[in-house]
Amino acid sequence: MSLPLEKADHPEKLRRIAIDPLSRVEGHGKVTILLGADNRVEQVRLHIVEFRGFERFILGRPYWEVPVMVQRLCGICPVSHHLAASKALDAVVGARALPPTAEKVRRLMHYGQILQSHALHFYYLSSPDLLFGFGSEVGKRNIAGVLGAYPELAKQGVLLRKFGQEVIRVTAGKRVHGTGSIPGGVNKAVSRAERDLLRRPLDEVLAWAEGGLALAKKLYVRHRETYDRFGAVRSNVLSLVGAGGKLDLYDGTLRARDADGKILFDGVACDKYDTLLEENVRSWSYMKFPFIGALGPDLGWYKVGPLARVQNCDFIATPAAEAARQEFRSMTGGAMVHATLAYHWARMIELVHAAEVIGELLGDDDLGGAELVASGPRQKSGVGIIEAPRGTLIHHYEVDAQDLVTMCNLVVSTTHNNQVMNEAIRAVALEYLDGHEPTEPLLNHVEVAIRAYDPCLSCATHALGKMPLVIQVLDHEGREVGRIQRDAAELS
Amino acid sequence: MSEPTPAPGGTPPTFSLDGHDVPFEAGQTVLSAALAAGHYIPHLCYHPEFAPHGSCRVCTVKVDGHPAASCTAAARAGTEVDSRSEEVLEMRRRLVQFLFTEGNHFCPSCEQSGSCMLQAVGYALGVTNAHFSPLFPNRPVDASHPDVLLDFNRCILCELCIRASAEVDGKHVFDLSGRGIDKHLIVNAESGRLADTALAVEDKAMSVCPVGVILRKRRGFRVPIGERRYDAAPISVVALQKRPRPSTAPREG
Repeated sequence: MSLPLEKADHPEKLRRIAIDPLSRVEGHGKVTILLGADNRVEQVRLHIVEFRGFERFILGRPYWEVPVMVQRLCGICPVSHHLAASKALDAVVGARALPPTAEKVRRLMHYGQILQSHALHFYYLSSPDLLFGFGSEVGKRNIAGVLGAYPELAKQGVLLRKFGQEVIRVTAGKRVHGTGSIPGGVNKAVSRAERDLLRRPLDEVLAWAEGGLALAKKLYVRHRETYDRFGAVRSNVLSLVGAGGKLDLYDGTLRARDADGKILFDGVACDKYDTLLEENVRSWSYMKFPFIGALGPDLGWYKVGPLARVQNCDFIATPAAEAARQEFRSMTGGAMVHATLAYHWARMIELVHAAEVIGELLGDDDLGGAELVASGPRQKSGVGIIEAPRGTLIHHYEVDAQDLVTMCNLVVSTTHNNQVMNEAIRAVALEYLDGHEPTEPLLNHVEVAIRAYDPCLSCATHALGKMPLVIQVLDHEGREVGRIQRDAAELS
Repeated sequence: MSEPTPAPGGTPPTFSLDGHDVPFEAGQTVLSAALAAGHYIPHLCYHPEFAPHGSCRVCTVKVDGHPAASCTAAARAGTEVDSRSEEVLEMRRRLVQFLFTEGNHFCPSCEQSGSCMLQAVGYALGVTNAHFSPLFPNRPVDASHPDVLLDFNRCILCELCIRASAEVDGKHVFDLSGRGIDKHLIVNAESGRLADTALAVEDKAMSVCPVGVILRKRRGFRVPIGERRYDAAPISVVALQKRPRPSTAPREG
C-alpha cells in the first residue's frame, strides 16, 4: 500500500522536477516531485541512489577486521560504525563486560564523535538556512556566507568540530578512520598528558556549545509558528535508553513510544532487535523502510535521532543538558514534539550533553588503566547497537568457527528515518510548492526539511561546501523546459 | 676484474653510491654494504638472515650504467652505483605499482597497515596510485588453521616464508606453484589447507612476511596507531636500525 503522495495515479502525464543531488547533506540522494495541472503536487519521493554493498563484501573476512573496514561507510560518523561493530564483536569474543578503561575510552571516543558531527551539521550544513532564511539569496546560503555575516559563530562551529576530532584522534589514533576499538576492548588507554591536552579548552568548548544551543532555541521560539508546522510528521519514536531511563548514546536497551508518548516497548535487549523491527523495500530507492513489526508497515514507522532521543529518555544525567531538556519539553507542556525543525534544538541539547560527558570522562583516572581487553566463551553471533549522531545504528554479525564473518546486517540511522523524511518533504511540498511555479528558493524548502534529519544518505565522505545542484523541469514527454543549475565551481 | 684486498689495518675498498664512498668487505653485496654504511636502498624480498634472492627487483640500481638488483650484485671497488636518479626511482615505482596491481592490497582495512613493508616502500618512493588497472584476482583466504590466517590477497611472492620454513624451520610448509601471472603461494598438504601442514606459531616462517599474508589470528589492530613499525619513522630510517623485527608486530593480550 502507498501513503498519500507516494505514488501518483498517472505519473507519465506529470511534470517532473528533480533535486539531484541534494546539497548540504552527507552522501548522495535526490528528490523527485511530480506536478500536475496548475503545479499541483501529486507525488514526492526521497530517493537514495547509491548502492554500497558493505554487508556483502565483509563476508569471508576475519572478524577482527570488521570494525576498521565497516567504518569506511562514512567519513563523518565512522566512529559510530567502528564502535557498533566492536560492540557486536564483543559478544562474539565473549566479552560480556569490558574493563572500565575500555568502556570509558570508547565512550569518550563516541561523545567526541557526537560533538563533532552535531557541530558539523548545525554550523556548516544547516545554519545558513536557519540564519539567512530558507529562500534567501543562494550565493550566501553556505558556511562561507555564515563566516562573512557571523564570523564569531562560524569560528566557534569550526573549533567545536576540531575539538571533537581531537578527542577522536586521542582515542582512535586518527581523526578519521582510526583503529582504537577492537573486539573485546580498545588498543590504547588515554595518558595523563593526553587528558590534560583535551581538558585545556573544555571551558570554552562548553560555552560555545551552550551558545549554539541558545541560538537553536532562539531561532525556534522566534519563528515558532513556522517551525511548529514546517514538515511536521507525527510518528512513533525509537532509541536506546540507558540505565534508569537516562539519555545514553553509547549503550542501553531499546525503547519506543507512540506519537503521543505512550511506551510501545521498553527495556528490550539489543540482540532482540530483530524480533521487533522489520524492513520493507520500495522499487524507487536503495534505502529500506523499517517499521515496528507489531504495528505493520503503514503505522509502524518511526523517527530516530536527537528529537526522538531527547523525548524518549526520562532524564539527562548532566546538568546543563538536563536543564535544556526540561525547557524543551516545557514548550509543549510535556506533549511530544514532532516538528521537523525541532531536530536542531534537540541536536544542540545533545551537543551540550556531549561536551559535559567529555568533561566528566577526562576527569576519570580509569581512562589511563592497563587492562584494555576482555574475552570469554566464543559466541556465533553478536549484535551491537549504538546511538550514532543521526540515530539508532544496528550492526549484527555471525562468525564461523574459523573466525570468518558469514552474515552481516547493518541498519543505519538514516534508514530508520526514511519514511519520516519522505513524509516531511511531502508536507513541505504541499505547503510551499503546491500551485506555485517551482523556483530554487522554494525547492530549497524541501532540502531544509531533509537537512533537519541530518541524513547520511550513503554514509559516504562528503565534500566540504556546496555540492552541485541541477533542477531540471521536464514536460510530460520528458523534454527539458527549464533548468536551474548551480556548479560546484561557484563555491564562494 | 679482481677485488682489491685491503691491507691489514688499511682502508677497505669502496664503491661510490650516489656520490658517497661506501666501504665494503669481501662477499658483501651492494645492498648489504649500503645498509651497513647507513644508506637505504628500497627492498622487499631481501632479509639479512637469508641468502639474497633477487626476485622482487625493487632494490634495482644502476652499476656503472647497467641495471642490477643490488641485493645480489657483488660490491666492486671503484664502481659508480646510481640509486637515486629519477630513472632508477621510476623503475622502482613501476615495480611496486605492479605488485599493488597484481594482488588485492586494501590498506584502509588491512591489519598490517603501518607495519607493512610494501606500503612503507610505496610511501618512500612516492607511489600515490597503482598506475595500472588492478587485476582484482580472486584469492580466498585460508582460515583453516586454528591460530594462523593466510590472506593470499596480499602475497608479493617474495618467498621469504618459503626460505624460512625450509632453511630455519626444516618444514617446507610453503612453496610457489604455477607460472607467470598465475604463480601463487601454496602450502604443503594434500588437502591444500594450512591446518593440515606442520606450521606452528613459533616457526620462523611466521615472522618474516613483509606484507600481511601470514597472520596470527585474533591479534589484528592490537597495536595502536602511533606504535606501528613505520609510524615514528619512515622505512628509510627503520631499515637502518640494526634490530630485525617480526613482520606482524603482534602484541600479547
